[in-house]
Amino acid sequence: MSHRGTRVLRLDALARVEGEAALHLRVQEDTVTEARLRIYEPPRFFEAFLIGRAHTEPPDITARICGICPVAYQMSACQAIENACGVTVDGPLAELRRLLYCGEWIESHALHIHLLHAPDFLGRADAVELARDQRAAVERGLRIKQTGNAILEQLGGRPIHPVNVRVGGFYRTPAREELRPLAERLRQARDDALETVRWVAAFDFPDATSDHDLLALCDPGRYAIDSGTPTATAPHDRTPTPREFAVPDLEQHVHEEQVPHSTALTAALDGRRYLTGPLARYAINGRWLHPVAAEAARDAGLGDPLAGDVCDNPFRSIVVRAVEVVQAVEEALRIIREYEQPPRPALDVLPRKAVGTGATEAPRGLLYHRYALAEDGTLTAARIIPPTAQNQTAIEADVRRAVQACLNRLGPAADDEELTRLCERAIRNHDPCISCAAHFLDLTVERT
Amino acid sequence: MTGRVVVTGVGNPLRGDDGAGPAVVEALRGRVPDDIVLAVSDGEPGRMLELWRGADTAIVVEALRLHPARPGELHTLTAAEAAGRASGTASTHALGLGECLALAEALDLLPPQVVVHAVEVADVELGTGLSEPVRSALPELIERVGASVRRAREGEHQRPASGGAPLP
Repeated sequence: MSHRGTRVLRLDALARVEGEAALHLRVQEDTVTEARLRIYEPPRFFEAFLIGRAHTEPPDITARICGICPVAYQMSACQAIENACGVTVDGPLAELRRLLYCGEWIESHALHIHLLHAPDFLGRADAVELARDQRAAVERGLRIKQTGNAILEQLGGRPIHPVNVRVGGFYRTPAREELRPLAERLRQARDDALETVRWVAAFDFPDATSDHDLLALCDPGRYAIDSGTPTATAPHDRTPTPREFAVPDLEQHVHEEQVPHSTALTAALDGRRYLTGPLARYAINGRWLHPVAAEAARDAGLGDPLAGDVCDNPFRSIVVRAVEVVQAVEEALRIIREYEQPPRPALDVLPRKAVGTGATEAPRGLLYHRYALAEDGTLTAARIIPPTAQNQTAIEADVRRAVQACLNRLGPAADDEELTRLCERAIRNHDPCISCAAHFLDLTVERT
Repeated sequence: MTGRVVVTGVGNPLRGDDGAGPAVVEALRGRVPDDIVLAVSDGEPGRMLELWRGADTAIVVEALRLHPARPGELHTLTAAEAAGRASGTASTHALGLGECLALAEALDLLPPQVVVHAVEVADVELGTGLSEPVRSALPELIERVGASVRRAREGEHQRPASGGAPLP
């Protein structure tokens, strides 16, 4: 739409973004004046849905928030309930949970890299077109993904919405030998994952720099997945000292507010725009990457994570994701190598009147849950802060910056189609998960 | 030919009528031979392709949004018809069934026989339960899927069930 030098681009539905979202972009002459991402966010529905349920139910119910990252919801939910009940799951049970989470990282990242994100860099309309001329790469991606899937099936009982996870641990734990076939698949996946890092590192990346604060869990000594302390940095403020706060204090720092253009809440960290997810994780945890993953990162041009180099080009997030797949594969292999079947599949988690919190690193970023329990375990309050809501403002800023850079280069002549494509790319860099989408076919027909 | 038959109900039971596919699959449990694979899926292509690996026949049950809508109306589509309807407009979770079928075709992973049974939806907002028109159509949809299973078992080529409204 064009009107006296003003044009508005509307992406009513974003292709290759999980779930449902829309973008509204206003351009006046050669200046972006507005970039609003509208997302429909189901966790609010689930918060209400959970009230009155038993304290054993959140892992199963919240797993349904996202078909791509159900384990993240299960793990944050379990932690929060256990925290309320004064139980700490550690030892082999915690390691099994971490293995399950590695499976999800492998699966989710492989999907995003190969089927959703790579087409952007290779000038292909979608994964179907990519599969036609880079078949080996897509097949490799599916192979990696199936390895993650195999971990979920083995530990979760089924590939989607795992049913074997419970508050306190698992319904059943595997014997050592049951995990052996997974190790064989993971060794193949390691070769595939390293090949994927080389593949994406060779893509052509637009110049871009983001200056958001970064928030990720930090678990000194290992790359944070299922545990850690929320840690924030502001790398471009030259205030290199990370700020830390305990998980139960997260809501004192992360403030969500309703904005008119979205049903989702948008978040600020101590009043500032921030980013969670792979770029934040890599900046805060890079020094604890497995040596194989760190070497892959260096070879891919990400600098030296062990020396604290960070990646601030959001378009290179695909490379960081690929490195994280290597990390998850190595971590999964380590856990399987060291695993001893625990004597009991779960600890008793007896309810009590209390409030508990939990936070883990979903593939897309920090995922926080808080539950209030009555004496008999009935849930009286539930709070879920998913990564996408936290990232919404940063995504809008990145879109605005990318489009402005394009307009600076091309002037007002930049055509709508090119700007639209750029917006989609800037959004897909962050892999937003506006989950719990419906899955219908959709079409318009003329009827007389 | 392995004779492997996979019935997949695609959808999300927490999104109203989008739960139709999973509801059909649940209804078929115990009513089809044990070696028929019954699966519920969110339609994510990696897992769909894995489900179809080695299958002779893939039967997919899916919700369909038409504009304008006649909720409860049933349709039977071939793989090519469904692949040609890749949404593009309604963003689905990751990739939709249309893209999934097209991807399977590009990778030579499409089972020899594919049939898609779909029901037009009325409501896909967050919440459980099917709308009245879709619930009313469910017995006929289950019957059609059951008939496809029988035909697959008998080795007949899939063809649209009689009475199914063809897509324009």
